[in-house]
Amino acid sequence: MKTLVWVEHDNNAVKDATLAAVTAAGKLGEVHLLVAGANCAAVAEEAAKIAGVGKVHLADNPAYEHALAENVAPLVADLMGHHDAFVCPATTTGKNIAPRVAALLDVMQISDILSVEGDKTFTRPIYAGNAIATVTSSDAKLVITVRGTAFEKAETTGGSGTVEAVSGPADAGLSSFVSSEIAKSERPELTSAKVIVSGGRALKDADTFQEYIIPLADKLGAGVGASRAAVDAGYVPNDYQVGQTGKIVAPEVYIAIGISGAIQHLAGMKDSKTIIAINKDEDAPIFQVADIGLVGDLFKIVPELTEKL
Amino acid sequence: MKILVPVKRVIDYNVKPRVKADGSGVDLTNVKMSMNPFDEIAVEEAIRIKDAGKADEIIAVSVGPAKAQETLRTALAMGADRAILVETDAEVEPLAVAKILKAIADEEQPGLILLGKQAIDDDSNQTGQMLAALMGRPQGTFANTVELDGDSVMVKREIDGGLETVKLAMPAIVTTDLRLNEPRYASLPNIMKAKKKPLDTKSPADFGVDITPRLTTSNVSEPPVRQAGEKVADVDALVAKMKALGIA
Repeated sequence: MKTLVWVEHDNNAVKDATLAAVTAAGKLGEVHLLVAGANCAAVAEEAAKIAGVGKVHLADNPAYEHALAENVAPLVADLMGHHDAFVCPATTTGKNIAPRVAALLDVMQISDILSVEGDKTFTRPIYAGNAIATVTSSDAKLVITVRGTAFEKAETTGGSGTVEAVSGPADAGLSSFVSSEIAKSERPELTSAKVIVSGGRALKDADTFQEYIIPLADKLGAGVGASRAAVDAGYVPNDYQVGQTGKIVAPEVYIAIGISGAIQHLAGMKDSKTIIAINKDEDAPIFQVADIGLVGDLFKIVPELTEKL
Repeated sequence: MKILVPVKRVIDYNVKPRVKADGSGVDLTNVKMSMNPFDEIAVEEAIRIKDAGKADEIIAVSVGPAKAQETLRTALAMGADRAILVETDAEVEPLAVAKILKAIADEEQPGLILLGKQAIDDDSNQTGQMLAALMGRPQGTFANTVELDGDSVMVKREIDGGLETVKLAMPAIVTTDLRLNEPRYASLPNIMKAKKKPLDTKSPADFGVDITPRLTTSNVSEPPVRQAGEKVADVDALVAKMKALGIA
């Protein structure tokens, strides 16, 4: 089987989310990549070095700069004439593009796969991760999105892919990019952080969140997350949210502070290697999944912990 | 301008789904069902646009069993003007739903189609994007803010790492994210009024759409269960554990 993997990038560098998709695609067959963007030749060069990669298709066109689905989906659909499976990381970019490609190909997409069980058989979470379905496709071609935390990341070196320029359809003229507000931060991104410190509603307000969570995260070089309750209460922006409706993370260590452990939240972090929970309610559901728990007042515990680390 | 709002009847947000012992699916007998929460947000947004004088009519559509009428009545009680039920007891995949919606859109010619970004049962997150592809129209997925501006719509989208604004030519398809708005509750008088609003019933065959599934589900199982670990007595013990993990 020949696969085509969507390379997630910012026109400068390959994003980590790509690497898990490469691993998933490698379980299906030959791995080809698509780098679609503007002035993104350097991305293609970098992508060609990913272990296990064959051909890298480079579609360099101003119309592809912001990965607008209206423009890139027809490009992918064209390339699928020579490929058997389109494999996309389940990022907001991938989730936006892949179904549009699937419909153009008259294929039923398989979303958010957790494992590859056969040529056309996969497992995927349903009901917010409360159940795992095993599904088999009967379509001639596959369109798949890949949950990043479910697959190892492919090595970024060792590959010797060849870059080949491809051209595709021009700007569809249906949509245009206006602006973006991307939080600039020195911190590791949540989806790639080794350690995450996450705060919940018990943090009380935005100031105390900053005062208690941030110094501990700084000390550990950790990413910062939050529960939906903390986001809805306005302690931190939306993109901090870990959970079924936010980001799905699986760091080495996840430290949940003042988070009770609603199903919604657990769905986003229960695949973390080690979970540490600090909560004053000893019956909080978070302790049922935590490897290490400490019951007590976070406003006393967290400063002491930050100091002693 | 008309706004089309597809809605789905799903297991209620607050119910913990139980997997059937024989692995055939999730047990939905005697389980509370409600409108998919993301679709409620879509209905609410449509009503706000109409209230602002930018739309004339809101049409709610559902593809599902006869009981999906209740879901449509909820949309009507919130403020939709009329409803269409495309009745089938089969499980209809997003691709087939998108084909049915396209056929309805061809008839109704809405300027805007607002739908939830995903249903909380199958978590596919596909229908809106597929509909946009089939119609050859633009898509604004995961909307945080929607602003109509003449012939176009500005959609601020929730993306990894922040927000992105795109401008779409209308007719456009917009899928809702959680923070777009807070849906209203239908008042009792409006629930009564909704019973008299028109609700048409159709079948997938009326639109010439083949709903045969492309995917077969061979098994549904519980996710692996995580075991609770140990509780430590104090911060010193926690620090020792963290050192052992190599993160301190």
